[in-house]
Amino acid sequence: MSPDLLVSFLTKLNALTGGVFLLCAFGLVGIRQMLTCLRIYVFQSLLLAISAIILGYFHASIHLFVVAALTIATKVFIIPWVLRQAVGYESYAKREISQAINIPSSLLIAVVIAIFSYYIASPLLASGAGVFEKVNLPIGMASLLIGTYTVTVRGEAVPQLLGILAMENGAFFAGISIAPNLPLIAELAAAFYVLITVLVIGLLAMRIHKMIAKTAVGELMALREE
Amino acid sequence: MELIYILLISLSAAALSLIPVGRRFAPGVTILGSLAIFLLSLRTALATAAGGEVIAVRDYLSCDSFSGLILLLVAFVGLTAAIFSWGYIATTVETTDDRKIRRYYSRFNLFLLSMLAVPIFSQLALVWIAVELTTLLSVFLVSFESTPQALEAAWKYAVLTCMGASLALIGILLLCWGLSSSSGAAFTWAGLLAASPQIPPSLLYTAFLFILIGFGTKAGLVPMHTWLPDAHSQAPSPICAILSGIETTAVLYCIMRLLPMFPGRAASAAGTWFVIFGLISTGVAAFLLIQAKDYKRLFAFSTVEHMGIILVAVGLGGYAAHLGAMMQIVSHTVTKSLCFFAAGATLMATGTRNIGAIRGLIRISPVAGIFLMAGGLGIAGAPPFAVFLSEFSILRAGIMSGQYLVIGLLTLFIVVAFFGIMQQINRMVFGSAEILLMDERTLSFGRSVNPGRNVPPPTCIIALAITIIPVILFGIYLPEQLYQLLHHAAASLGGGK
Repeated sequence: MSPDLLVSFLTKLNALTGGVFLLCAFGLVGIRQMLTCLRIYVFQSLLLAISAIILGYFHASIHLFVVAALTIATKVFIIPWVLRQAVGYESYAKREISQAINIPSSLLIAVVIAIFSYYIASPLLASGAGVFEKVNLPIGMASLLIGTYTVTVRGEAVPQLLGILAMENGAFFAGISIAPNLPLIAELAAAFYVLITVLVIGLLAMRIHKMIAKTAVGELMALREE
Repeated sequence: MELIYILLISLSAAALSLIPVGRRFAPGVTILGSLAIFLLSLRTALATAAGGEVIAVRDYLSCDSFSGLILLLVAFVGLTAAIFSWGYIATTVETTDDRKIRRYYSRFNLFLLSMLAVPIFSQLALVWIAVELTTLLSVFLVSFESTPQALEAAWKYAVLTCMGASLALIGILLLCWGLSSSSGAAFTWAGLLAASPQIPPSLLYTAFLFILIGFGTKAGLVPMHTWLPDAHSQAPSPICAILSGIETTAVLYCIMRLLPMFPGRAASAAGTWFVIFGLISTGVAAFLLIQAKDYKRLFAFSTVEHMGIILVAVGLGGYAAHLGAMMQIVSHTVTKSLCFFAAGATLMATGTRNIGAIRGLIRISPVAGIFLMAGGLGIAGAPPFAVFLSEFSILRAGIMSGQYLVIGLLTLFIVVAFFGIMQQINRMVFGSAEILLMDERTLSFGRSVNPGRNVPPPTCIIALAITIIPVILFGIYLPEQLYQLLHHAAASLGGGK
């Protein structure tokens, strides 16, 4: 295969990955089944790893291969396992009903957020950005902001946590294209950080579950201003 | 080298605290460790007071004047909180539960480690991680009392600040992009500052807004402040002192460091954002603290107010306002930790957090009453306390530069907050002694307090006495070295002399 053809193939593959990545962010807004949400998150992390491998090959950067390996190890294997341990199967296999804004409107809002992120990313891409940045930066930002929205409207502990993790995925999806030469120590620390986040929030959810026998954190309302 | 020792000492204190040998071991190790850290930080801060830099590992661990100042404040509050913890935790945790006490001190030291790392790290990606670790390592300290309210507060704290973390992360990554595409410098505060003229302004501006919103969530800026009064009121008092006194300020330090990157006119655009967020925070907090029913919540809202004042001062621009902001950082940190220690002493004496339930505290427990009054006056900004001096210099700097509208609003909010705080504290401290137990919202403390013994434990009194020294001293006199440190820190924000 000639080099030009390979580059154009990789670009298209990366664009496809980005598209499906964004679709996953929409999935986390629109799906109520907790277990499905978790699977979507794992799939989204896998797409992040694929994009990192493509970019790593393109830039010939060992860092990005490390990022891909760390992503697969933590987000595809360890995090789902930790969540199962901490929250218990029964509380996240069940159907979630509470969502502050109903799903069709939520999806519509997510579309608006995605357009908005293209709007804020476009001035940054104007001055000679590469093909990969043009795909990854707006999609990463969109996933980040849609994640923010997900956390806000969900009323259950696990979906809120998945929203936060999706936000992080979005930031990293943009990050692998715009900042591929972060020092290795920062990447290791970031992977470690994501793990601690899941551990801490998972443990907290477990304690809340013990205390009030459910994880509907949206119903915790004792502390507020009258 | 001091910087590496500081991090190692707090890490080893965290490990040693877990060793099960006697009840006194963990608090003892924690106090000794934080004393050593304080002395080392003082050395570092003095070395940076002349405007120099202390470098331990180039591009990774280093301290200039501004970070030296923050490091010194973290170490000071860490030391006093460690001393206060001895008496407070021994009184409030059941005597049989040794494991819980050891876990508390271990987490305390880890939390302190992450706080110390924020000013010590100079690599931006690592600074981000340190800031987020301060959240994650303190979540279980917030939920330490294991009441439903404490768990709720911890949940809001963890979720909202983690959301902020991701938003700040993309800002940091954008800065890294700008830096690597314009020059090959290392991704540190200094490297970024040197490269900032080559970075496209639109990129710098977008990154700045993401970081302002993301870290602003953690600093408690309105409207992202909703978790703050919950977390800062439910945690044990020594932890509240660290959270409110210095954690918020350390995060604000990261935001403030971005300001000198904006040259000329762009600086006033960034400054405008500071002023807007600052005024909204000060105003909303001033009116919310009037209706607070829980005195720890009252002080938490006052923290939001003070973060706003610092932001306004930074946003006003110019050396005089920046110096005022630095003074405000120092005076707020020492005064707010005094307030939360006094609140802890009050809680131990009365067993309730409800403002309406307490009358005549000065008769119930003279020590708690006197320190609560001093803390209240100090934080509200009455002369001759430190906050009065720093607020006065901010207002003066604003008037000198002709920003009358901003200063007018700021003065109004400060006055409203003053009366809000003083009215509540007055009701609690004076009058005939009584504690009404009318709590339907279970603001009450986990266990009943023996009404005969209302002198706080000696270590708590020591912590209160140490903390009140700078609160009064800095209102009258600033030591020359501290002034030099503040001067160089203020000059590092740009805006000329």
